[in-house]
Amino acid sequence: MTTVTATSPSTGRRKSSARTRALVTRVGFLGPFYTAFTLFFLLPIGFAIYESLLSERRIGGVFGRPIEVFSGLSQFGAVFSDSQFWSGIRNVALYVCVLAPLMATVGVTLALLLDVTAPRLARVFRTSYFVPYAVSQVVATIVWGALYTPGSSPLSEFHININLLSHTLVFPSIVNIVIWEWGGFNVILMTTALTAIPTEIFDSARVDGASKWGMAWHIKVPLIRPTILMSMVLTIIGTMQLFTEPQVMAQISDSIPSYYTPNMFAYTQISGDNYSFAAAISVTLALVGLIMSFAFIRITRRRTY
Amino acid sequence: MAVTVTPGSTRREEHPSMRTGRPVIAPVHRGPSWLATGHAASTFRIMVLAIWAIYFLGPVYFAVIAATKPTNSIYTSAALLPYKPQFWTNLGYIVSYGGGIYFRWLLNSAIYAVGGAGIGTLLAGAAGYYLAMFKFRGREGLFLTVIGGMLVPATALALPLFLMFARVNLVGSYWSVLLPSIMSAGPFSLFLCRVSAEASVPRELVEAGRIDGAGEARIFFSVAARLMFPGLVTAFLAAFVGIWNNYLLPLVMLTNKDMYPITVGLGTWQGQTTHTDILETLILVGALISIVPLVIAFLFLQRFWRSGLSLGGVKA
Repeated sequence: MTTVTATSPSTGRRKSSARTRALVTRVGFLGPFYTAFTLFFLLPIGFAIYESLLSERRIGGVFGRPIEVFSGLSQFGAVFSDSQFWSGIRNVALYVCVLAPLMATVGVTLALLLDVTAPRLARVFRTSYFVPYAVSQVVATIVWGALYTPGSSPLSEFHININLLSHTLVFPSIVNIVIWEWGGFNVILMTTALTAIPTEIFDSARVDGASKWGMAWHIKVPLIRPTILMSMVLTIIGTMQLFTEPQVMAQISDSIPSYYTPNMFAYTQISGDNYSFAAAISVTLALVGLIMSFAFIRITRRRTY
Repeated sequence: MAVTVTPGSTRREEHPSMRTGRPVIAPVHRGPSWLATGHAASTFRIMVLAIWAIYFLGPVYFAVIAATKPTNSIYTSAALLPYKPQFWTNLGYIVSYGGGIYFRWLLNSAIYAVGGAGIGTLLAGAAGYYLAMFKFRGREGLFLTVIGGMLVPATALALPLFLMFARVNLVGSYWSVLLPSIMSAGPFSLFLCRVSAEASVPRELVEAGRIDGAGEARIFFSVAARLMFPGLVTAFLAAFVGIWNNYLLPLVMLTNKDMYPITVGLGTWQGQTTHTDILETLILVGALISIVPLVIAFLFLQRFWRSGLSLGGVKA
């Protein structure tokens, strides 16, 4: 601090060199992360939007050299008029409608049960529920696929001959895989919210004569409402992007076409070098996901007050 | 918004000590503590919880049983009972199948996951520390820009990344998977590292380092990084799991099967099971082996991981 009061001619220079050093520090600490974030997060999103506005034209006839020209929203027009795209949207919409409430219910129910169970036992259960989190979606689908396949399925030992990979049952089969993968994660999510509730609330409720059941339903559930909503938003966003499970499953089931979900459709388009079309699907999907999440938050918020 | 509260606080694994003083949780009773009360309701509750445990662990058990059966007997033997276990023989098959391609995939996965998660955590650690320790204009804006990215799932980013890498002709190279992997858990890592620095690096200590003449980099690496270690480990694990289990990104980026990670490799095997019978068994052996590194990582780093998870709650 003494250097500041001294009015030596070097103060200005020292001040500016300190400022330079501060700037170098800032760039050194923040620069690498933000460069990577820009390059591998923001830029691809921007690029997908850009790519979706292009279309390929061939100059000099059908066999001519392809060039890319700006074509506005025409790719989106093509996407929206594609029946396979809508079939995919319908499928993921169905998955969202079933998975979002089901996943939250599993998470809340198990977390509430664990909340009134002795801590040591609860920990054992919680850990076992969390195991699938470490299993990749590919591996989960392979193992469940084997469990579904007639012959290797345990069901066939009880002479129950239903084909879980058939056209009608492939939907619940995939729902089950997703619940298995993320159920434990949602239990942890809800448990954390439950532990954050101040204990005094329970004390006063008990004084008022609330039963365990009443406490769970009238106090705990309303208090962890924000977490339940967040869990549902996460499920909505994730399910819109459904890809791995049906893609891997399609190899053992005839009931899953290559356009089963919008992401599978986009992947098929990329394999066919239809980049701009795929980009338009990607952008649309991301937008729909965001809009649905915000709409969901809005609707559920409004209902509270 | 709700999102900022997410990972740290939500993934917090609770510690028994946090629950003391809550009679609902730890009722006073006789007999073994883990059995809680002896009422019918609690027996029913524990039964329900146990059935769900079977649901979550059952498929893993099935995979273990199936992977140890002689090849070709998956369809002919009881699904849930061991049948002539020969795990080592099957392991031998997978080592030699396709010139040991399976272990090549395992190695690739390790390179992508360790490299991507390692670099990513280092970058997020430095940036998170800086955001926590230095006040400057635009700080919250910079932070929130990244945090908004937590709403973007990895799958949504894979195709855009492919389109971009296709433009610069990097598709089909190791880099096309390794570079994006650095940011695979980027937003979450930054959030966690900032919270971690705020919670566990005392400003006085940083000041003391400065007075002693240490540079900012040195203070970060030799003081702050150590204090932030639980947070860094958690960020590393999250990224590691994400990259190890990623499917769509390497699927679109890679064409050479020598560069495949384990997920894409197993996915192609799944497509060949109908032609190659031995793969019915090998794919399950491979699936099991692929889980092992994650389990080891979780167990090995558990001590740090546990405390890292509680970080979100410390911020008050």
